Amino acid sequence: MAAAEFTTPELKEFPAIPALRPDAMAESKPYVASDKINAAIGFPGELVPDWEAKAIGRLGELLKKYRSLKVYLDSCVHCGACTDKCHYFLGTSDPKNMPVARQDLLRGVYRRHFTLAGKLFPKLVGATELTREVLDDWYKYYNQCSECRRCSVFCPYGIDTAEITMAGREILDSIGYGQKYSNEIIGKVHKIGNNLGLPGPALEDTLQGLEEDVKEDTGVDVKFPMDVQGAEVLLVTPSADFFAEPHIDSLIGYAKVFHAAGVSWTLSSKASEAGNFGMFIGNYDQLRRIALRIREAALELGVKRIVVGECGHAWRVAYSFWNTLTGVGAGATDPFAIELQKQLDHRYKQPAHICEVTWDLIQQGALKFDKEANDHRIVTFHDSCNVARASRMGDAPGGQFEIPRSIIKAVANKYVEMAPGTTHEATFCCGGGGGLLTDELLELRVKGALPRMEALKQVVDRDGVNFMATICAICKAQFTKVLPYYKFNRGMVGGVHQLVSTAIKLGSND
Amino acid sequence: MSAATIFFAVIFYAATAILVAGLAYKIADYYRTPAPLKIPTTPAPTGTGGVVLRMLREVALFESLFKSNLWIWAFGILFHGALLLVLLRHLRYFTEPVWFWVGWVQPFGLYAGFAMVAGLIGLWGRRFLVERIRYISTPSDHLMLALLAGIGLSGLGMKFLMHTDIVGVKAFFLGLMRFDIQPLPADIGLYVHLTLVAALMIVFPFSKLLHAPGVFFSPSRNQADDPREKRHLAPWAAELEKN
Repeated sequence: MAAAEFTTPELKEFPAIPALRPDAMAESKPYVASDKINAAIGFPGELVPDWEAKAIGRLGELLKKYRSLKVYLDSCVHCGACTDKCHYFLGTSDPKNMPVARQDLLRGVYRRHFTLAGKLFPKLVGATELTREVLDDWYKYYNQCSECRRCSVFCPYGIDTAEITMAGREILDSIGYGQKYSNEIIGKVHKIGNNLGLPGPALEDTLQGLEEDVKEDTGVDVKFPMDVQGAEVLLVTPSADFFAEPHIDSLIGYAKVFHAAGVSWTLSSKASEAGNFGMFIGNYDQLRRIALRIREAALELGVKRIVVGECGHAWRVAYSFWNTLTGVGAGATDPFAIELQKQLDHRYKQPAHICEVTWDLIQQGALKFDKEANDHRIVTFHDSCNVARASRMGDAPGGQFEIPRSIIKAVANKYVEMAPGTTHEATFCCGGGGGLLTDELLELRVKGALPRMEALKQVVDRDGVNFMATICAICKAQFTKVLPYYKFNRGMVGGVHQLVSTAIKLGSND
Repeated sequence: MSAATIFFAVIFYAATAILVAGLAYKIADYYRTPAPLKIPTTPAPTGTGGVVLRMLREVALFESLFKSNLWIWAFGILFHGALLLVLLRHLRYFTEPVWFWVGWVQPFGLYAGFAMVAGLIGLWGRRFLVERIRYISTPSDHLMLALLAGIGLSGLGMKFLMHTDIVGVKAFFLGLMRFDIQPLPADIGLYVHLTLVAALMIVFPFSKLLHAPGVFFSPSRNQADDPREKRHLAPWAAELEKN
């Protein structure tokens, strides 16, 4: 099925909240995962016959495991504060893309089966049976949420629709109604080691090619080491960094930073992927198993530090979840985590973001830059949702905003901020996050990018911005695809370390 | 003793029991359910002190709502602030002698009655006037507002239109608290007011009014941002490591 025809929304000078268009996106849904894909990761192959009972049973289990789900399903008062906050609603006008309405798809069934009011007076409290229609709505609209958490910033109770979406997808997977894109990728990461299915030898070839390219470009022998026992740093980066444009330019940037600072580092063929789609589908077991590859690689290689490349959700998983899932972190008292934490060098944050590493080195004066090399660029910065609202960098809250900007300003002369309300904690998702970066969802992705595109257009028109830096592999891929729909040059998106790579001086640091 | 007195005595004992037991059950349930992952909405405070401050700002000032929508914030804070003053004012019906500061609150509590109803009308108006909020509103959303507005209006009615014997009302409630039932003044306005209040107490633990305890248990607001420094592990997640 080819993606249906659609019209790219117009970029307005003064963005407005759209009037509702019910069912505007009722046709938008990702491909359903096949029998084979599901079987490979332990989910039922296809929709199970007793799906209704199974789904409600699974919801009951999740309610016992996740306080967030229970509290969030109970607490919403329908105040409406979130209704104009979701980029997918703003771009599509479909009322079911308002965060509260998206939550209510699950909340209605919760009320019917788990609350007294919903059992006694279903109509009164908006309780619904889990009909096939409701199930299909779950499938459609829990796959129109990028789990970006923007709504959670604005909710008076901090209700995070991402938690509801994750629960919805987890229930769908448990009855054999999961989405192809995420589940296929999870299969690949287990089988081959990364989301793109790039086998070890191919990876080695790619890295060798990169060494040659950089040598040709700079005359310096910058290494891209893999599986080096005893290296100080294990770099875990999204696999898109190995071959996709513009991602690869940031990978070159990381390598140049390590080279210039004289830090020994390595990639791992076993853990050649920072991304963790287990989070997207809300499956704790998958989230954990995918994360454990990093632990194993770190133990095998004996590294002292673990550093994560430019990837939004991967940084959320690394920063917020790795200590819980794998013991990569500090402060543990249990044998499982201590085994690894003993090995790590706690003078450094564990794990660290590549931006933290680079910024520390800049502050120590360990890196030198030719800022003029970036003078052809007028740069703005797109905060990626998972970095902005689900993680941190540095010591103080908000470091995730300041550190990437500080790096940019250290390596480039021309920097412009996009409008307040579209950056920092209020940043808009690129429109392709959360396991939606697949072509059959192109209409959703293009429309979901609207709020960011409007903010970008302002600075393009006013300040001549021609480069939007970001630190997320999904943002980079998504923007590369959707920028042309809004008549922007697809090449104007790139990584922060792409800017670092352009300006860094190699070899003569003394 | 009139039938009405007995009816309201029974209903207030029952309502109080349901409110207290229901809330205790829900709070215990929230407390016992683990939060397996660190999910504070960042930027978030890095320590407990900061989390307490964040929560205080959230429940006292509605900080997130302020960032979100000034209309809802204004009506919301007007209603909740006024409700608080009104509730404090009502403490005089349950204390003898009346605590000195409850005396101070009296005049504010009186005007707060109007502010409370005004806030409710504002919030209710949005349910009709704003298309997005109209779309998400359920009958119970309207009913809850009707209940609260009814309580406010019947209360104001007793103060300004048809006075009721508040000395008798106080004797009735003090009596309830001492399990010594005293006659309730026979007054239709009072009956309406008390019936609606009892109804509110009864629906509280079964309705969206659970947002009141819920906010304190919201992981995106009550967790400290310290996942790299401390290992956070839910009991069921720790089990997975034993395999």
